[in-house]
Amino acid sequence: MPEKPKVAFYWCASCGGCEEAVVDLAEAILDVVAAVDIVFWPVALDFKRKDVEAMPEGSILVSFVNGAIRTSEQADMAHLLRSKSKLLVALGSCSHLGGIPGLANLFDRESILNAVYLESPSTVNPEGSLPATHHKDDGHTVELPRFYNTVQALDQVVEVDYYVPGCPPTPRIFRTALQTLLGDELPAKGTVLAPDHALCDECPRKDTKPERLSFVEFKRPQQVLIDEQECLLAQGLLCMGPATRAGCEALCVRGNMPCSGCCGPTSRVKDQGAKILSSLASLVEGKEEAEIDRILSTIPDPAGTFYRYSLPASLLHRKKLDGCHCKNR
Amino acid sequence: MRNRELTRPEKSQATFEPRIVAFFCNWCTYLAADLAGTSRMKYSPNVRVIRVMCSGRVDPQFVLDAFAHGADGVFIGGCHPGDCHYQEGNYKTLRRFHLLKRVLQQMGIEDERCRLEWISAAEADRVRSTINDMVEKVRALGPLDLIPTEDKVSAEEVAV
Repeated sequence: MPEKPKVAFYWCASCGGCEEAVVDLAEAILDVVAAVDIVFWPVALDFKRKDVEAMPEGSILVSFVNGAIRTSEQADMAHLLRSKSKLLVALGSCSHLGGIPGLANLFDRESILNAVYLESPSTVNPEGSLPATHHKDDGHTVELPRFYNTVQALDQVVEVDYYVPGCPPTPRIFRTALQTLLGDELPAKGTVLAPDHALCDECPRKDTKPERLSFVEFKRPQQVLIDEQECLLAQGLLCMGPATRAGCEALCVRGNMPCSGCCGPTSRVKDQGAKILSSLASLVEGKEEAEIDRILSTIPDPAGTFYRYSLPASLLHRKKLDGCHCKNR
Repeated sequence: MRNRELTRPEKSQATFEPRIVAFFCNWCTYLAADLAGTSRMKYSPNVRVIRVMCSGRVDPQFVLDAFAHGADGVFIGGCHPGDCHYQEGNYKTLRRFHLLKRVLQQMGIEDERCRLEWISAAEADRVRSTINDMVEKVRALGPLDLIPTEDKVSAEEVAV
């Protein structure tokens, strides 16, 4: 019997939802297990890093890495899996674009550590100790991973062959991607394994999108009773559909919630946030600056809304750091 | 790898000359700049003018891309309200600009680095004075030091 192709899974800065997405294949996971050998999957199987280190270079066919790169350990693992794998696939928004953890790029390491370890009301830390990379105890030194200032998408650290988008990728997106990768004809390197058109194109409410949209206010989902048939933009809700890649079958919209943009931009767009900003702002009613500002002020956090999943992969990557010449960038 | 091409020259405050990218609309501000030239007006040579058919053509991605690739400031010039050759283009610019400014503020980019002005084809002197004013304000702010995060972060910090 010929050897089955080897597949690995790893998680970096992520919530575990992408691991869930793999399990969500339900019965189809049996076909996956029948077709491949899973040689590394920390969340489910007891293999260690040294097992991966012992594998020959390029011996894994596909490694699926989910999660953003936020610590030195995650970067090390990304490099390790890269060298052991023929194909490295970024699975899910965090590894594709930086994801929700990437919003930390609106801050820096110092303010994040201060907020979490010193300032939060539920924290009891009288000695004011902060995470360190070395710790001495009883004559032994323990080394811990370093916490980076900047969250990075996987392809900002190592070369990535393919991307599977979504937060998390739906079982259908993941299954299709897996079939593609195990098949004979691989798409061009760098392909995002999902359709390359905007979500509006496959939205069940597409026909109710008016010819000309205009906004006098942006409403938040908790402020209105949302009609279940009509285009959400037409109801004044901020839906990222026009600037987001399709493939999820508009799950959120079907659940009567606006798209928040997790599948990232299509291949023609460099910066998803700038694109939706451009699209929505130009449809704002009003020609006077005060009126325009009043309408736009109903979007309380534009950067966090437009770049919810894509800040590290955006053109600016992160908030500018003050004191540019500080060493610990 | 994505964004690997981002390299910028070292900038130091002492020898700093601001680099401003200007997007001028074909029908008004670009003609004003042309008039400034034929009238032999002098203004700071720190501006690189890009002609666009309408200020409404300036995708916010252009502005961010300019900053990401080393511009210290971005200047958008269009027709006065009501004078747009395409009727509504400059209003779209105005709305986008107001929202873009809020995003830039959240990203830590100072207000003076991104500017929108309405300059008609006859206002050559305003091209001169606005450019000079912007160059001096950006010079006072210093270089926009958006360090490319990827290489520097991983190289320095993994080595600990």
